[in-house]
Amino acid sequence: MTTVLSEERTVPGPPSASGGTPSPRRSWRPPHLLPYALTVPALVAIGAGLGYPLYRLGIMSTQDYGLRQQFGAPPEYIGFDNFTDILGDTYFWEVLRRSLVFCLLAVALTMVGGCGVAVLLGRLGRVMRTALSVSLLLAWATPALTATVVWQWIFDTRFGVVNWALTKLGFDYEGHSWLAEPLSFFTVALLIVVWMGIPFVAFTLYAAMTQISGEVMEAAAIDGAGSWARFRDVIWPAIKPIFVVLVALSTMWDLRVFTQIFVLQEAGGISTETNLLGTWAYREAVTGNHFGKGAAIALVMVSITLLLTVFHLRQMFRQEEI
Amino acid sequence: MRSSLGSRVFANGLALLLIALSAFPVYWMLTTSFRLNADIRSPGPEFLPLGGTLENYRSVFDSDNFGTSFANSLKVTGLTVVLALFTAFLAAVAVSRFRFRGRVTFLVMILVVQMVPAEALMISMVKVLEGWDLRNSIIGLTIAYLAFVMPFTIWTLRGFVNGVPRELEEAAMVDGSSRLRAFFTVTLPLVAPGLVATGIFAFIQAWNEYTFALVIMNRPEKETLPLWLQSFNFGARGTDWGGVMAGSTLITIPVIVFFLLVHRRIAAGLTAGAVKG
Repeated sequence: MTTVLSEERTVPGPPSASGGTPSPRRSWRPPHLLPYALTVPALVAIGAGLGYPLYRLGIMSTQDYGLRQQFGAPPEYIGFDNFTDILGDTYFWEVLRRSLVFCLLAVALTMVGGCGVAVLLGRLGRVMRTALSVSLLLAWATPALTATVVWQWIFDTRFGVVNWALTKLGFDYEGHSWLAEPLSFFTVALLIVVWMGIPFVAFTLYAAMTQISGEVMEAAAIDGAGSWARFRDVIWPAIKPIFVVLVALSTMWDLRVFTQIFVLQEAGGISTETNLLGTWAYREAVTGNHFGKGAAIALVMVSITLLLTVFHLRQMFRQEEI
Repeated sequence: MRSSLGSRVFANGLALLLIALSAFPVYWMLTTSFRLNADIRSPGPEFLPLGGTLENYRSVFDSDNFGTSFANSLKVTGLTVVLALFTAFLAAVAVSRFRFRGRVTFLVMILVVQMVPAEALMISMVKVLEGWDLRNSIIGLTIAYLAFVMPFTIWTLRGFVNGVPRELEEAAMVDGSSRLRAFFTVTLPLVAPGLVATGIFAFIQAWNEYTFALVIMNRPEKETLPLWLQSFNFGARGTDWGGVMAGSTLITIPVIVFFLLVHRRIAAGLTAGAVKG
């Protein structure tokens, strides 16, 4: 955003409608109620759709909230039993590890790929750059659900184009089922998430790179710096701050990935071996009717995200005043 | 910058490969949607869009619930866009035009809220809306969507309001307009580009949303388009890729068109505060 807000502090607001003189500076102003009134609708919207559900999530995680509550029985307070229950469950640690590994791989591939594409965008001529940008925008714009459905078709067991191509290349992939086995399941899921994630990272890094003056790059080239040295000594220092922000954002997004996993699970028929935190919480709560336990799992997700958010915001505040 | 022929050839070759990789799924969705299922099932894929048929689109329009889901999607999306723009405009004016106690807290809250994962909240959202008797209702789903588009919308509109000189509002007030009125008669029209951009963002979010809809709208006649597509896809079990791709195309095309219009602003809003300029 292009605004420099610090300026506003020295410029007092215009006189209120009731106030008479339009003097630029006044020592005392009556407290305005208007700004508070203006934020009320937004606060109500956020409170109803986010604040209160978050509070209820916390409450539910301390309750035995299951099938009986579905039929009107009041939920029973059980303290931290849901948490001790999941923390003592080896399956929790398995899912947590799986989610973290998936997230780590997705973020690493997205960042490396995005950075590479950004560098490439800077080296292409105008026509190719536009063509690549448009293709990337297509990938970015496709909704997560339809993207997953389309990739499911590309990897289809019987008529999928991937199996056809691999078989043509001499591998035996005729009728290979990608989604029936965890490792290849996650390969497909990772491909979808990275495919959708790279464009945003690439465009943002490319925008940061275009801020580097051409003269600096030219000077580095004249001084004999090879492309790697130019990247390490000129480009990297300039893009590092935004790179860190992108890592934080991608981590938060890839940790909570739900739609892609859920749709592929429905297609492949295995969920126990492929659950990540999001799909597990959903299956416990909504499918299995253990809302208390589901809420506890969801809170683990929220906590990890909040830790990352604190880190992310600290990075941001270093860079811009609010 | 000078570069050798070899490195130019390499860069362009790599670019071609990446163009193919990133555009292929969308291309494949489109071509499949115009081919008969009998051809799709015949061995060896057809890469060129030949022998176009609208049969798949006809089957989509005839399929159960497509019409109702389309109407549901339009309703929840429209409601979300209108309410988001109205509330966000007021909040953007507040943080841009006034220095009040709690202003910074409000802005920080907006940024934190943007990070809360919807995938976690959907568990309790079901029970909250059930308690309000709003499960399986457009209003209930709108409540969920509104909160999640609010941060981006406020943050982006704030930038636009900052760009409108406050002298224009003052001039209107000298002419006897009240402060609040001046916001609507003077500022609102001038931030129209911002309203379009954020409105499109809210449209895309609500139109694409799957997770909240999955838990909140669990009756077939209450499905939104993404839910309809996934039931259609799941029900076909890989036998009707033509129809499933036609459905995917119908959902995706409006999003792509709108997205191309506003992608720069979306990129800026997602890294809110992180990028200067």
